[in-house]
Amino acid sequence: MRYLTARKRAEGKGASGTGTEHFWHMKVSGVGLALIVPIYLFVFGRALGGSRQEVIDTFAHPFVAILTGLVLFVGLRHFQNGAQTMIEDYSKGTTRRALIIAVTALCYGLTATGLFALAKIAL
Amino acid sequence: MVQFRLPKNSRMVTGKTWPKPEGATNLRKFQIYRWTPDDGKNPSVDTYFVDMDTCGPMILDALIKIKNEIDPTLTFRRSCREGICGSCAMNIDGINTLACIYGMDEIKGDVKIYPLPHMPVVRDLIPDLTHFYAQHASIMPWLETKTNRPAKEWRQSIEDREKLDGLYECVMCASCSTSCPSYWWNGDKYLGPAALLHAYRWIIDSRDEATGERLDELEDPFKLYRCHTIMNCTKTCPKGLNPAKAIAEIKKMMVERAV
Repeated sequence: MRYLTARKRAEGKGASGTGTEHFWHMKVSGVGLALIVPIYLFVFGRALGGSRQEVIDTFAHPFVAILTGLVLFVGLRHFQNGAQTMIEDYSKGTTRRALIIAVTALCYGLTATGLFALAKIAL
Repeated sequence: MVQFRLPKNSRMVTGKTWPKPEGATNLRKFQIYRWTPDDGKNPSVDTYFVDMDTCGPMILDALIKIKNEIDPTLTFRRSCREGICGSCAMNIDGINTLACIYGMDEIKGDVKIYPLPHMPVVRDLIPDLTHFYAQHASIMPWLETKTNRPAKEWRQSIEDREKLDGLYECVMCASCSTSCPSYWWNGDKYLGPAALLHAYRWIIDSRDEATGERLDELEDPFKLYRCHTIMNCTKTCPKGLNPAKAIAEIKKMMVERAV
């Protein structure tokens, strides 16, 4: 129990001056994903069921490789931002900060792994 | 972490069932949340029967009748009885609304009345709105000007005045904020729909000269951006206002000045 005035509790530490960039990135990446994911799913669906060589040939094509790279990078960035929002909603304090670090590391790790695999296929 | 169950001492138990009024034929059952800080007991839901032939049409009429004729200890806020003061906001039949303008004919079956959700309860149907009012005060709900005061009045065009419609009517009943899951989980930091609607009312006011400072004060992942456009606020507002749109307009202004 702390003897703080209601106004001091409401004001807290004041505004952090951030948030707009996160909000804008979510919008931009959301629109971007809405455009590229359907194309990616179409390409992915066409390659599905093919032989190993056919799949490698498909993903080695510059257009498909760049598209896949974009889906990986933008998708995981979008996921990271969304997951951060969810973590901020439902957890507090040190748990919140630890979870944000964990999800950021996970997303960077998955992006790097995906791009490495893609480079191995395409190059 | 967020709590999905009420704390042990806040869980409701079945309360007292009050006797039916004698000779009444047109009865309506009311189940009302009761809690007092005086006896250390858990909250309960008491059952009352109201004679509808001698009761007014609104929920507030029934509450006043219960208090006058059945149980004088039932506690609730009320004042204007016409949807202007915002005092009698409570959760009626699962909806946050004003008891004075919510008709009993809008409810099928038993009438269930609880205090506004997720707020500390002072007693029975009275929530503690101290933090809610402090948040409203923090958005500086007054005209901020830097130019010297004009000789007559601050002038405003008809078009600019019209921008305040749908905003100035808010009576600060807290129905919207207490219906918002984001406010439930992070109400300590998130300003909530009511305070943000008021913030937008002053941001958009053509006479106000502190737009930048007001936006600066709101630019925060918690104060503003906890709004996820869930829209409960707009759905529940007993005055038919649209706080979600006001919040979206603030977000648009934030982006406009950044990008």
